[in-house]
Amino acid sequence: MREPILSVSDLTTHFFTRAGVVKAVDGVSFDLAKGEIMGLVGESGSGKTVTGFSLLGLVDAPGRIVKGSVKLNGTELTTLSDPELRARRGHEISMIFQDPIATLNPMLTIGQQMRMAIDAHEWLSKRAADARAAELLTQVGIPSAAARLRGYPHEFSGGMRQRVAIAIALLHRPAVIVADEPTTALDVSIQAQILFQMRDLAAEMGTAMVWISHDLAVVSSLASKLAVMYAGRVVEQGPTATLLRDPRHPYTAGLISSLPAMSQPGMPLSQIPGTTPSLLSLPPGCPFAPRCDRATKACGTAPEMTMEDNRGWRCFHPVSAFKEATV
Amino acid sequence: MLGFIIQRFLQAVAVMAVMSVIVFCGVYAIGNPIDIVIPPEATQDIREEAIRRLGLDRPLYEQYFIFMGNLLQGDLGRSFVYNIPVLELIGGRLPATLELVLISVISAAVLGVSLGIYAGYRPDSWVSKTIMAISVLGFSVPSFWVGLILILFFAVNLGWLPAGGRGETVEIWGVAWSFPTLNGLSHIVLPAVNLALFKLAMMIRLARAGTREIMLTDTIKFARAAGLAEGTILRRHLLKLISIPIITVFGLELGSTLAFAVVTETIFSWPGVGKLIIDSIGVLDRPVMVAYLILVAFLFVTINFVIDLVFAMIDPRLRQGATA
Amino acid sequence: MSTANTPLRRFWAEFRENKVALVALVVVALMILLAVFASVVSPQNPYDLANLSLMDSRRPPGFVGSGGYTHILGTDPQGRDLLSAIFYGLRISIQIGLAAGFVSLTIGTTLGILAAYVGGRIEALIMRLVDLQLSFPAILLALVIVALLGQGKAQLIGALVVAQYAYFARTAYGAAKAERGKDYVEAALATPLSTRLVVMRHLLPNCMPPLIVVATVQIANSISLEATLSFLGLGLPVTEPSLGMLISNGFPYMMSGRYWISVYPGVALIILIVGINLVGDQVRDQFNPRLRK
Repeated sequence: MREPILSVSDLTTHFFTRAGVVKAVDGVSFDLAKGEIMGLVGESGSGKTVTGFSLLGLVDAPGRIVKGSVKLNGTELTTLSDPELRARRGHEISMIFQDPIATLNPMLTIGQQMRMAIDAHEWLSKRAADARAAELLTQVGIPSAAARLRGYPHEFSGGMRQRVAIAIALLHRPAVIVADEPTTALDVSIQAQILFQMRDLAAEMGTAMVWISHDLAVVSSLASKLAVMYAGRVVEQGPTATLLRDPRHPYTAGLISSLPAMSQPGMPLSQIPGTTPSLLSLPPGCPFAPRCDRATKACGTAPEMTMEDNRGWRCFHPVSAFKEATV
Repeated sequence: MLGFIIQRFLQAVAVMAVMSVIVFCGVYAIGNPIDIVIPPEATQDIREEAIRRLGLDRPLYEQYFIFMGNLLQGDLGRSFVYNIPVLELIGGRLPATLELVLISVISAAVLGVSLGIYAGYRPDSWVSKTIMAISVLGFSVPSFWVGLILILFFAVNLGWLPAGGRGETVEIWGVAWSFPTLNGLSHIVLPAVNLALFKLAMMIRLARAGTREIMLTDTIKFARAAGLAEGTILRRHLLKLISIPIITVFGLELGSTLAFAVVTETIFSWPGVGKLIIDSIGVLDRPVMVAYLILVAFLFVTINFVIDLVFAMIDPRLRQGATA
Repeated sequence: MSTANTPLRRFWAEFRENKVALVALVVVALMILLAVFASVVSPQNPYDLANLSLMDSRRPPGFVGSGGYTHILGTDPQGRDLLSAIFYGLRISIQIGLAAGFVSLTIGTTLGILAAYVGGRIEALIMRLVDLQLSFPAILLALVIVALLGQGKAQLIGALVVAQYAYFARTAYGAAKAERGKDYVEAALATPLSTRLVVMRHLLPNCMPPLIVVATVQIANSISLEATLSFLGLGLPVTEPSLGMLISNGFPYMMSGRYWISVYPGVALIILIVGINLVGDQVRDQFNPRLRK
């Protein structure tokens, strides 16, 4: 395997609230090679967004990374000082959010906001900064970019605003981009456009991506590997094709069989029974056990990640498309 | 933009018209000023003469139309008590009040917004907790009481600052001002602090609440993800985003400070319009009361109108929405 | 984690965690008790002119007067024992604050919910009036009304209500309007339930949290406004002085160093107002879901 550009191991982020400790991210590990795209899939509340924030050191109080490591280009990020971390955010690792209406400041022009992002990392004259900004806007598919720098966010459509946000994230050609459901809030037709444009741009710039989504269908068309999160833990990870063809964790299997493409026309979509547990009061052991038809007494203790070739899963009773596995 | 201005202007005029009716009816329902203007031992003839002279024998609506007609010609009548034109009376007192109010509100706004942003940015630090404790005090403690304590401390006990009056004044454009002289300035300090304290508390709370809310938004998170320094985020993002509620309140407070000046002026014997109105209420000097209330209403409406214009200038959404 | 189960218990458990607010609550409760039992705890009945002697007027704290007991906080210009006058003054201030608060609450809430529920012309009329009034400083309105109605308890309460009902109306309107638009209220209205039932069961309960917050703040404001008006000489008659009147009476003597006449009633007033506000702040923070962690 190639030398990873981003290496995450045992990342654990907890929120210390009045009501108790919320274990939002619990022992997440993965590697990302240069230019590689990984999909981070899970239901809302599974900890995927907090994982994204943890990578950039953007977890707000009362949350805190309690253990684990995030290595970017060989540098450990979790122990960096605030200014050192800031110098890397937006420069070597950046992030795009779900709702483009909320991310851009309505009171500032696109040009002002892009120049602020440029000034944060290098000194350029206003003219040079504008040229860079316009170039990036053109790259993400915004026509007559130079003129639109003077525009305000409300003059852009939702899709266009998200393109602006993407352009800001790409300004310094970062090594890694964390994309937190950047197309979820958009129209379906625009979703696909932006999805593939980002894939192409990432490939062109050699940028690796962590693509966070609740939508397995979207991610699997984009990412070369997947990590499936449930209740703060990665329950299964591995190459996309392998996981889709041969899921081992019952939760992954459930997600795949509930994809619309997997169902027979006219038949109801298959679904996973029950709901996600509250992160405040997780059951001891495997958090998925209460919803799992394969659960046994053994599931009362938390399963470790079982590694096999380039994939892994956390389950005592893994399923298999080819043979019924037993423990 | 022009349509927007005209629309707001017409609204302002309508509000003024309504206010004038309310004020006039309200004030003219109060007592019978004739008992105060003329001595009780006066003959019936003198009484009736006075009533006619003051126009008090006509029906209320007629008095209103006469009053409005005169008002539009810039004539607000004569004070029953001082027997000089009300406009002259109020005009002579207004600079003192304006001076006091402007100094208070501006310093309260500048200081309050800075402290409030700090308290909202670091809500758990002890400095913020101190700031908030002070603001709770400034908010709760009645302003007349603060005035008393200021006098007790700085004027009576320490003897550092004068307890009342305007001190030396300098005439600029024919109007007397206190702030250019050192002595005048020393007279302004206590009343200005007194008047500013409530506004300061208000600004702190407002800026803190806005900061806390905005710091949690995706706009700030995205700016941080782009690697912006915290200083830049506060200066360029936060300040812009909290400006709208702050400007609104600043404007409204400008008006209410004019009203609260009534209390401060009474305590510090500051010869402004506030003291005048309290004295006038005491002796039922109707023309002065009406003129004062109409003046305050006018200032309010004007300030609101100006705030609307300022909004239209700073908020790009409004600015362009108004053009379209 | 707390074992609390009812919402009220949970609320109380959370409230208890803020020690400052808890102390404030105890202090306010204590002051209310003092006010209620003023005639029992006071060494003197300050309203009984027969008890007063001009010989005792303006005496410093600790003075033993003609009554034969120590005036712990001194006496006022009429020769009243200040401690007793403060207890009685507290009673008047709290009475007026509560009365004005509840009347404003009732009128304001009714108008606000009516506007939100009925809509149309009535909504526009009520809310225009409320907004116009809100842009006008309460103290000025109160000043004019008191001047208009003359002096006395009822007039004063009337003035405070006129100055404050608009805050309740605005709050109730905002909450009711938000609730009115929700699907479940529409659904409830579509069923043959009576309108009254919908308003009482759905609109009113949802307006309560913000209204309680406004009410605490406004009661404190009423007390403060009453004191201010009395200080300006537009409040209650001198024979039954409220805290504001006591302060006002002492003001002329402050310059000559007789500070206690104004200062002690003022301290009582401030402890009361700050106490209520601190309690109100905590309640507001607890009702604001966005600030909850």
